[in-house]
Amino acid sequence: MSGARKLLIFGGLALAAFGMLYGLHYALLVEHQTLDRMGGSLATAFVDAAERNMPAAQLAIDEYTDTKYNYVRQVDAHSHWIGLAMVMIILGVVLERMAFTERTRFLIALTLALGSFSFPAAVILQTFTHGSPVSSALAITGSTLVIAAMVAAAAGFARQPIHAMER
Amino acid sequence: MASPAAFASSRATFAPMSARRVLIFGGIALIAGGMLFGDIFAVFVLHQNGGRTGEALLAATRAVTARDSAVVRQDFAKMGDLLEDHGTKLDAHAHMIAAGYLALLLALLQPYVALSFRSRKILAQVFVAGGLLLPLGIFLIHYVGLAYSPFSMIGWASVLADSAGALLIAALVAEAWGLWRYSRGLRADVAEPALPLENSWESRTLLTSGTLLILLGFLYGAWYAGFDLYEHEAREKSIFSAMLNASTGSGGDAMQFVGAYGQLQAEKAVDLAAHSHVIEFGLLAILLSFIQPFVFLDSRWKRLWVKLLLAGSIILPAFVLLEMHLGLIAGGIADIGGLIVLTALLGMLAGILRYTGALDAQEENAR
Repeated sequence: MSGARKLLIFGGLALAAFGMLYGLHYALLVEHQTLDRMGGSLATAFVDAAERNMPAAQLAIDEYTDTKYNYVRQVDAHSHWIGLAMVMIILGVVLERMAFTERTRFLIALTLALGSFSFPAAVILQTFTHGSPVSSALAITGSTLVIAAMVAAAAGFARQPIHAMER
Repeated sequence: MASPAAFASSRATFAPMSARRVLIFGGIALIAGGMLFGDIFAVFVLHQNGGRTGEALLAATRAVTARDSAVVRQDFAKMGDLLEDHGTKLDAHAHMIAAGYLALLLALLQPYVALSFRSRKILAQVFVAGGLLLPLGIFLIHYVGLAYSPFSMIGWASVLADSAGALLIAALVAEAWGLWRYSRGLRADVAEPALPLENSWESRTLLTSGTLLILLGFLYGAWYAGFDLYEHEAREKSIFSAMLNASTGSGGDAMQFVGAYGQLQAEKAVDLAAHSHVIEFGLLAILLSFIQPFVFLDSRWKRLWVKLLLAGSIILPAFVLLEMHLGLIAGGIADIGGLIVLTALLGMLAGILRYTGALDAQEENAR
């Protein structure tokens, strides 16, 4: 097994297991409470409005928005970690069809592995640093790495002459 | 149809009741089941559920106008119930398909898993069972609720889903252990040979198109995150503020803001559905490119299923996006796109069934 293939397959499996563990932990310990808080704060906003306490209603809407901001990103991180892990494993299996040198393949694998871990991690970081440009920049960098690796992989597949696959 | 040489070479890679066979059949069955469930959900639940949620929200705004906080609470309880119904069905659909993809991936990795034949088979069965029980548990969450549960927040259906998730993780960790052993130079007692590297039109088309579909999905996701996500979040907050102001008589029509909220939810849903489906179909196309040697059909039929799969993979996300402009007609065409993908998948599954039948009959005759 080449270094690039090891990185993609082991990295992908580790990332998939990590994404699942995160999902399991989230489902067991966080999700129900988050959904309750989200629904509860929106209901509170309407109840406060019914009682004509508009400042309290606005505060409850703010709380709802904050909770939903976190919820969306936590769920996104879980699904993106597992989805990107599957892309890593698939590319690991079809690596020999990429018409590049082993060094270039390793570079593509490394780029994809870094992007696949850091992009969802940066999305999670956004829940701790609402509106911070650092976490957004990290997320953009991570996703750019993933896209760049996929463009390179597609180019590698396109360069592969048909007769080479027959060998 | 597969040539006799190809048939013979791929025969060893698909031994009866091997881990690979369990994972390929289990994986395709999970994907097909998840897609069928998704289509049923889209046609019979999605829009109706959205309509009822809108009605409940409108009723809540009227209760705010009437200063009736008890009715507001009732309306929100109803909305919570509807959202849970929607969310659990969506999650069951997504998790069943994702488990199917992982099963197909594990089938590809079997030659590199240095564990005994029996252990690999048990792991495959555990994985497929987990992939079935996880979405089943998620689906039941809405119906079982907290009945007879000793926990304050988690019901028995959640326990089932979480346990199935743990099964999947355990199987995945054990497969990784087998791969680790392989990389250390250890080999399985009865190893599964690597899949035959097929250079057919079907395999090449699926591999290339799959990669392009994934790339397209990534680019669309990046565009969505950059230009739509934050705007949607800000708009939701301002809609709720305006809705409450209107309900308390401070200006505007609450019904108009309920409509705006529904429109926003639809925009978000189509953006996310287009992004996730185009990537999922890309993954599916690449995975299916590997199992083409096992599709025991005339090449005209094999090509037809490939073309249909790719056509459906474009039609569904494209028309999901067009739903915002063309309404339910586009939604209907998107559902047909999903059915086309499902039909192509079942067509390929039929080819694999023919293949295994022929393989097993040969072995039976040889004995």
